[in-house]
Amino acid sequence: MTEALFIGFAAMLVASSLLVILHRNPVASALFLVLAFCSLAGIYLLFHAEFIGMVQIIVYAGAIMVLFLFVIMYLNLQRDEEGGVHIALRRGLGWVAGTVVLAEGVFMLARRWAPGPLTPEVPGEAAGNTQQLGMLLFSRYLFPFEVTSLVLLVAIIGVVVIAKGRSTAGSGTRPAPGEDG
Amino acid sequence: MIPLSWALILSAVVFVIGVIGVLIRRNAIVIFMSIELMLNAANLVFVAFSQHLRSIDGQVFVFFVMTVAAAEVAVGLAIIVNLFRLRETVMVDEVNLLKG
Amino acid sequence: MTQIWSNPDVQFVVWALVKIVVILFAMLGVVSYLIYAERKIAGHIQARTGPNRVGPLGLFQPIADVLKLFFKEEFMPAEANKVIFHIAPILAVVPALVTFSVVPFGPSPALVVTDVNVGLLLFLAMSSLGVYAITLGGWSSNNKYALLGGMRSSAQMISYELAMGLSTIGVLILAGSLSLSSIVAAQSHWWFVVFQPLAFIIFMLTAFAETNRAPFDLPEAEAELVAGFHTEYSSMKFGMFFLGEFMNVIAICAIAVTLFLGGWNGPGPPGLGMLWFVLKLSVLLFCFIWVRWTFPRLRYDQLMNLGWKVLLPAALLNIVLTAVAVYWGSHR
Repeated sequence: MTEALFIGFAAMLVASSLLVILHRNPVASALFLVLAFCSLAGIYLLFHAEFIGMVQIIVYAGAIMVLFLFVIMYLNLQRDEEGGVHIALRRGLGWVAGTVVLAEGVFMLARRWAPGPLTPEVPGEAAGNTQQLGMLLFSRYLFPFEVTSLVLLVAIIGVVVIAKGRSTAGSGTRPAPGEDG
Repeated sequence: MIPLSWALILSAVVFVIGVIGVLIRRNAIVIFMSIELMLNAANLVFVAFSQHLRSIDGQVFVFFVMTVAAAEVAVGLAIIVNLFRLRETVMVDEVNLLKG
Repeated sequence: MTQIWSNPDVQFVVWALVKIVVILFAMLGVVSYLIYAERKIAGHIQARTGPNRVGPLGLFQPIADVLKLFFKEEFMPAEANKVIFHIAPILAVVPALVTFSVVPFGPSPALVVTDVNVGLLLFLAMSSLGVYAITLGGWSSNNKYALLGGMRSSAQMISYELAMGLSTIGVLILAGSLSLSSIVAAQSHWWFVVFQPLAFIIFMLTAFAETNRAPFDLPEAEAELVAGFHTEYSSMKFGMFFLGEFMNVIAICAIAVTLFLGGWNGPGPPGLGMLWFVLKLSVLLFCFIWVRWTFPRLRYDQLMNLGWKVLLPAALLNIVLTAVAVYWGSHR
């Protein structure tokens, strides 16, 4: 049953991600991306990563995509008009380049190329416990965890400075230091 | 039990869809969404290997990727909004002031 | 045929489907009588009698309301985004229904659809999806009042979601589990509202905001926005929004009972568990209606100030206090 569910979620994920890049209406693209993230959350659940699956929905579907929708509605974007030889040529090249990348990936997978061991370090119970994740996050990964909080702080300051714009000339017009960090 | 190769192939397909999206679209917001697709393809590999290797470290990395993605989206969308205020467009090939 | 039934996968799916159908129909009934109760209580608060024409004491009023909604004209605004206009009301109902899949209604495992080990996160995930219905409904109607209502609601729900999520962390620290059944089991002696009074108050305040109920019903704000995001909705699509709102109220009250008021714990034999749950749920639902008809609506800046400058710091303070107290308790 797990395999059947995986195939179902995978089909939904691929179809909705294709529609994200093919649909001309940005709002529809955003909604298909939400669907893609939700099916990905389903796949995470099948891999016994319950915490990550739920956080995927809370963070991506509940926060990030709402922000996307908010911006699309705020800018009142209509359907994209993509015509002309120049653009058609670029689309063609894009598809060719993408296919080449995929072919390369398939080639590598077919040769069973992989760095490091492919067998479990400790054969045992499947990973996926929220408690274990928390333990690891606050012991071995404590420093990166603190650094991410710094990243978020920098992002908040950067966004405030950028979004403030140039309306208040003289103060706050300079870009925030490290907004690209 | 899902074979590891299935997850790797799925992740490769989703990543390539993201790549193609960046290449063929001109709308900066859709390009941004394609980048999110690529990040999520990488996350899928992390989770699949975390299950395969019976080690939870992979899921910790997914957690970090999500945090960074959230920060990136906030900054990126602020830039796009500012761009729209300045140029009245979000089409990346119409923003060519630096081309000279 | 008997081989199919002995397969554990099939048994699990069929058993879950049965519970889902039971909950679905129970909720439809409960929501229609919650609306009746709201109208009746509102009437008495305002020194009227409320609905009393259809049947004894007006008890058949919900049926009449539903029939009326069915026979109304379906209206589609010009230039509306048709697909999204149809999807939005469905999105209002589904997350609220999904939340019920993790609520333990009683001590027996048969009384919860699935006892997943991340039940609380599932609730938070579903409440974060609730914002889509309102935003998309407002945007796709192609109506400026609807759009303003939708925009307000997304800002409001995102702000209050944070405080709500943080207010539940104190309970998590005490219970040491994300599974709602374990959280209820951890409250067999003392309800968590005793140790977490601040968190309970924050949770209830954010619950009013998350469900768009007065005093936080700015997304609808009849006086200034006509009817907010559902201005252009009529007939059963309007009914779905209405259903979604009341299902959300019930879901959030059920979660509040589970997290803070001991769930099905209560005096008497365990068989009475479900009765206790329903009793506590009814008290909270009455509070929701009582507050709605008692307090005036907040202004938008007051709402944002309350969310970001009062509730969020208070929730953070509560986490720190709880963590310190638990640390002391375990190291004494």
